[in-house]
Amino acid sequence: MSTWHDYLKEQGYAPDWPYPIRFEQEQEIDADVLVIGGGIAGCWAAISAARQGLSVVLVEKGDTIRSGAGGPGCDHWCNAPANPLSNVDPDEWAEHMAERPYCNGIGVQIQCREDWDTLLEMEQMGGKIRDTDDEYVGAIGRDEKTKLMLSPRYGWTHSYLPGAGKENAFIKSDKNEDIRTNVVIRVWGYTFKPALKKECKRLGVRIFDRVMATGLLTEKGDHGARVVGAMGFNNRTGEFMIFKSKSTILATAGGGSIWMLNTELGGYSNMMSRTTTGDGTVMAWKAGAELTKMEGTGVTRIATGHKHKWYTGAGDASYENVPIVDANGKVLPYPIQGWVDAGAMVPAPEVEQAIREGVLKGEYALPFYGDFPSMPDVERRATWNLMLGEESTTKIIIDTFNKAGYDESRDLLQSYKFIEGSSLPQWREPGYGGGLIVDWNLKTTLDGLYAAGTQMFSPEDHSYAAATGRYAGRKAADYAREVGESKISREQVDREKARVYAPVKRSGGMEWKELHAGIARAMQYYVSEFKTESLLNMGLDALQKIEEESVPLLFALDPHKLMRSLEDISLLTYAKIIIHASLARKASSFPLGLQRIDYPAVDPPEWKKFLTIKLENGKVKTGELPLTFWGNMKKKYEAHNKDYTGVYSGK
Amino acid sequence: MSKEKVIAIPNIATPNNPVTFDPDICNGCNHCVEVCQIDVYIPHPEKGKPPIVLHPEECWYCGCCVSDCPRPGAIEFKWALQHRGYWKNKATGEVHQI
Repeated sequence: MSTWHDYLKEQGYAPDWPYPIRFEQEQEIDADVLVIGGGIAGCWAAISAARQGLSVVLVEKGDTIRSGAGGPGCDHWCNAPANPLSNVDPDEWAEHMAERPYCNGIGVQIQCREDWDTLLEMEQMGGKIRDTDDEYVGAIGRDEKTKLMLSPRYGWTHSYLPGAGKENAFIKSDKNEDIRTNVVIRVWGYTFKPALKKECKRLGVRIFDRVMATGLLTEKGDHGARVVGAMGFNNRTGEFMIFKSKSTILATAGGGSIWMLNTELGGYSNMMSRTTTGDGTVMAWKAGAELTKMEGTGVTRIATGHKHKWYTGAGDASYENVPIVDANGKVLPYPIQGWVDAGAMVPAPEVEQAIREGVLKGEYALPFYGDFPSMPDVERRATWNLMLGEESTTKIIIDTFNKAGYDESRDLLQSYKFIEGSSLPQWREPGYGGGLIVDWNLKTTLDGLYAAGTQMFSPEDHSYAAATGRYAGRKAADYAREVGESKISREQVDREKARVYAPVKRSGGMEWKELHAGIARAMQYYVSEFKTESLLNMGLDALQKIEEESVPLLFALDPHKLMRSLEDISLLTYAKIIIHASLARKASSFPLGLQRIDYPAVDPPEWKKFLTIKLENGKVKTGELPLTFWGNMKKKYEAHNKDYTGVYSGK
Repeated sequence: MSKEKVIAIPNIATPNNPVTFDPDICNGCNHCVEVCQIDVYIPHPEKGKPPIVLHPEECWYCGCCVSDCPRPGAIEFKWALQHRGYWKNKATGEVHQI
């Protein structure tokens, strides 16, 4: 027995809430540096600030040990061009990566310069980054001397995204086509989060697990003023938390399931973690911080309850070197993300079309399979045990399959790619890079407020979270050293308490799932594949009506449901920002996934710019920034990091 | 006929069994309760018993509770029927579902 109804049947009554209830009670905590979000970025930010001797508080909605998108593991360290096996110059590679439209040149430069250092520090903390057990001797990409395992990804080029800049231009154009970039490293990501939490504790970081931050504190409670802390509540006890800080780092990632909620597979409605609900972005927005790229959306990919759960080849993340075959064993011309195609995941549109036509003509028989048995043993083990085994949420998959009798050396694994087709165009996700604008200190447009990882606009992978978190931590620490104490506004606290506890004061009305699904449906109707000014305005009206009529009905029976309710309110605001940003871009855009029926020109030159958006005097204000507003990446990085000391050498 | 008491209960969240516990192996240490970032579980009121799956429909099937369990075999991971993958024996063509 383990279910709630088992308990009910056995005992004849429901279990009591297992934690003490402390609604409205307050706890006040002081810190030099406050980090909100304890994923890979947040942990690294906390560690880096604490290593400078400052008092650091880390606030996490789940438990830091396994929280965040990288909690269960992470696959590739994607941009470590400073590693000893690299064949590229880190600064040149960074510029190359930054050629992708609407990327974040600041973050990419930081990542390219410091990602290798994060890996070495990961190793110091106890994470595994090398094949020290000699499990994969003989695998392509394994370096005998360093025991590092290179990935085929980015083998010749920066990107496999169609239309994302120059193709195969970086190394392949050189005389020797066998030279690879060697910038992506395979890692044992399952070991990383526990090591990070352990290091946080060792350094004296005060960790507040199971606390959801809900709002920022600003000087005198003024909008747009310096950020001086944050408020939130414990999602097990309901206790109200007030964190006072000299500087604050947001690392809560972006918005999650805004277009979709499967009410009975809530955790499946999002490619990232269920906890990714835009809280950080929304609290920064409410405090007056400027955001960008919020109009960028795309059709949802894998890992949703509406589709197959996981990686079975044909475009999924860690399925390296696995040939895709049809039901009769015929090899498909689909990229295998391997050494032969430099890690390419997505086929050219004509290849995809040819496979589709082949299916219709009977040339390729469904279903398709990942042909693990055809792979050389060491490559198969590297993909199955290392890539899939260490990737977020897939360790349990390989373990469960093997336990159920699947033998990767004998059995073909079914692929769902062409059976399921693409997601419906209204099943969208905002995870295409909207977020906070940052400068070369990873400071947002508000004093005292920094951002890291997926909280920033145009984020990248787990390694990007690590490098930018670590960087934000030291910059926020510098700032904290310079500024004095600041007084928080009691009025701001009282206002937030009233907002936070409203749902627990009601015992009936609307529960969080209905509200969430209602928001998602409004987004599907009015903010979907086709956008026009009129449709987008109808979307705003629909969300406004939900805010005025349904939000006041929200009720929560316990602190957990209160958390979900407040997440919905974050998502509602996040959705409104997406619409405002979409209205502001009066052009269609391929890289932003924006199709404006009323402005059909795709990426016209005058619209190749970032649109910015913020709240000012209660009104939405938009602006713009040039596509490379960060300036010369190498020079700017060096000017801002003269004191950078490299890999940690302290105690 | 069963003498088991029938209680009136709303439809239960579905799927409601992302994991099952073996009460003979589980010692109720609640490590799974802590590693779950969603709070799918609550501790059992009676010390030493397996936790209760309170929010099964919020599970994102990350599997940390199973992978990190200090007593292997205490928790079995279970996808909902619609998410159980298929494979085929390459030599015999026999198809299996997890």
